Amino acid sequence: MIRLIKRPAPSPLWSLATPVVAVILTMIAGGIMFAALGKDPFEAIRVIFWDPLFHERFASYSRPQLLIKAGPLILIAIGLSLGFRAGIWNIGAEGQYIIGAICGAGFGLAFYPSENPLIFPGMVVAGALGGWAWAMIPAILKTRFRTNEILVSLLLVYVAEAILATAATGFLRNPEGSGFPGSRNLARHAGTDNPELIANTGMHWGVVAAFIAVIAAYVLLNRHILGYQIKLAGQAPRAARFAGVNPTRLIILCLGVSGALAGMAGLFEVSGPAGQISIDFGVGYGFTAIIVAFLGRLHPVGILLAGLLMALTYIGGELAQLMLGVPASAIQAFQGMLLFFLLALDVLSNYRITFGAEAKA
Amino acid sequence: MSAALLEIKGLTKAYPGVVANDDVSFQIKPGEVHALLGENGAGKSTLVKMIYGLVRPDAGEMSLKGDGFAPLEPRAARAAGVAMVFQHFSLFEALNVAENVALGMENPPKPRDLAKQIRDVSETYGLPLDPDRLVGELSAGERQRVEIIRCLLQDPKLLIMDEPTSVLTPQEVDILFQTLRKLSSEGTAILYISHKLEEIRALCDEATILRLGKVVATCTPRDVSAAHMAELMVGKSLATPARAASDAGAVLLSVSALSLSPATPFGTPLRDISFEVRAGEVLGIGGVAGNGQDELLATLSGEVKTGAGAVNLNGISISGLGPNARRKAGLLCAPEERLGHAAAPDMSLTENAVLTARVRQGLDKKGFVNWAGAKSFAQQVIQQFDVRTPSADVAARALSGGNLQKFVIGREILQNPRVLIVNQPTWGVDASAAAAIRQALLDLAQGGAAVVVISQDLDELLEVSDRFCALNEGRLSEPRPARGLTMEEIGLMLGGAHDLQSVESGAVA
Repeated sequence: MIRLIKRPAPSPLWSLATPVVAVILTMIAGGIMFAALGKDPFEAIRVIFWDPLFHERFASYSRPQLLIKAGPLILIAIGLSLGFRAGIWNIGAEGQYIIGAICGAGFGLAFYPSENPLIFPGMVVAGALGGWAWAMIPAILKTRFRTNEILVSLLLVYVAEAILATAATGFLRNPEGSGFPGSRNLARHAGTDNPELIANTGMHWGVVAAFIAVIAAYVLLNRHILGYQIKLAGQAPRAARFAGVNPTRLIILCLGVSGALAGMAGLFEVSGPAGQISIDFGVGYGFTAIIVAFLGRLHPVGILLAGLLMALTYIGGELAQLMLGVPASAIQAFQGMLLFFLLALDVLSNYRITFGAEAKA
Repeated sequence: MSAALLEIKGLTKAYPGVVANDDVSFQIKPGEVHALLGENGAGKSTLVKMIYGLVRPDAGEMSLKGDGFAPLEPRAARAAGVAMVFQHFSLFEALNVAENVALGMENPPKPRDLAKQIRDVSETYGLPLDPDRLVGELSAGERQRVEIIRCLLQDPKLLIMDEPTSVLTPQEVDILFQTLRKLSSEGTAILYISHKLEEIRALCDEATILRLGKVVATCTPRDVSAAHMAELMVGKSLATPARAASDAGAVLLSVSALSLSPATPFGTPLRDISFEVRAGEVLGIGGVAGNGQDELLATLSGEVKTGAGAVNLNGISISGLGPNARRKAGLLCAPEERLGHAAAPDMSLTENAVLTARVRQGLDKKGFVNWAGAKSFAQQVIQQFDVRTPSADVAARALSGGNLQKFVIGREILQNPRVLIVNQPTWGVDASAAAAIRQALLDLAQGGAAVVVISQDLDELLEVSDRFCALNEGRLSEPRPARGLTMEEIGLMLGGAHDLQSVESGAVA
């Protein structure tokens, strides 16, 4: 019989090892899935994990994509991780991301065609405020009426998508776009663009912001009393109140920060890689960031690595669709496996597995 | 010699890192009241869990009425005639007494028959209980009766009782003892677990004393002194905390007309509580669990805010201040629940030091935590209060209950409070450490602080308190000088038998 025995303290070795083991198990299970689909599993895994970085023909295109995709994931996941640590579950980062993009883009377009260098910083602030405001809806409903922030934030994603569609076809539509949906292209207009800072690296201001967020979150969680209170509230809510933590303030703060970072991520995306507000602007970074946050164990450095890994599976997945004809849903299943194995293996850091009868215990 | 009802030979049970029971042997005769005596962690609970089928022994054997007895689960133990009343009740507050009893039975009779059976048993054994009342409305003593009657309906041969008096007033203890004596006279054996020596001397025929998992002695409690049993239990003689007479100083903490409505339907409200504590004084607040102790502590610590003027420190109202502002003003608290309230289980001792000591010890600068300072403060607590831990980096949940309690109390005392409020300061702490904690509380008062000790342990309260008052259903009695109070008077202050008269005559004096 297999038995789980609780460890007196979480094992530091397993906390570090589980993400690695989860990736390996995902490769094995994913390989079996690809084999069942009639593809060569070894080739599929190589295309997903290796070719985006080192393939002689595709790497020059896909390597910059790594940072482009990882940037928003990391930025959003850092914000989410603070709330998750405190037991505040913002599931609606996708909505905050979209609203941030609309507000930031709206700010920039309002000054069109001015090329004033202050416009872009203003857009960043507007984007952050937009995401923050969208996150304040579940925050205030939770603190005032004790609603569940998971449901409210999630459902607001669909509201945000409806607003996005209205913006793309209505109030933000390009007046010179011959009636096609979508705003003016922000990336091709000096003053509103978020350019690639170093050629062929994919590095743009959003990636810079993500790196700053990683460092700031690290300092906050390890050195600052606020980070301590966030951890305390998540682990032992009653002890947190005893320590003088105000739960209402913490909810407003955590949802506010995660909303603002998601909104900023949306703005950097719309003014750079995406270029314009369009109906299909939201591609799920807000949801994938939840996986990234957990894959990185809610630790800033872990999230940095997890964001890069997740971006890699995105790019590699696209490459596999292109080169091997793997269906897109198989790639999503593959990413799902990663979260599944990670959460399943989480047990190991808090429990020990023993085989055999109870007598040994 | 009459044949043993239950015979235990060489029972051994080891958990990782600790041998809970090591070659334990003893026997119980039919109708005998047998005490199992030992400190917390001596292995009493593990032993009875093996008898009740909750834990399987690694080695050794048991026999019941001469037949081999190795229950795989509690149901098998119950079928064999072993019943157990746990220290913590497993009752549903929103159901009535009869429904709760029915839930614990294998084949419950029809509700009407069951209600009659409950009335019969409760009359026969002098345990007044109405089968139609909601459990949520019952006192702790009445809840215990529900558990006992549930056991008695199964007509047990052996009744195990785990620390049954910890939640009872002295009068309720008397009623319980009469019931137990009647049961024993009818031939039911009772295995009685406790560390209260006078109770054991009053009730039990035989005693088996456990220390560190081993049987260290057996004795007939009536024939030996309590002090002798204590020495056997602890393995050394204990010093009673010493106190020097001190004059009470100025009033430091005053609470006036403090009321609080309950947070949950079955929570306890606080009703019009008023008291004062002076510098150099220890005020003991007794009471059975669930009579408002947690609520009172929360209003004093600042976790729950109250109307203006209800809580005053040095004559200034602190009712509107949060926990940290009260700490800054000099009022510190140590709640009862160690894991999850006084300390965060998964955080290290260093991190847990920051939990309450940040303000007074200056453990942060402009919001940035001084971890080196926190660690050295944690180490100071560990050293001065003899907390057994490899280092300050260990998670709180890895410590034993007693060691964590020493850390929690030490953390507050070393912050040099003006007023300290502790709830159940020695709960689950071994006797020598408990004595050390009580001494530290007395020393603190000696140094001019006002100390409020909330506890269910009346002996402890009488030992440390200058004045004593009782919390009963959210009301606080008038404080009286502790010296000279008898157990009987205290019992009446605690609410007697909670308004219930014993069916047996003369149980309540």
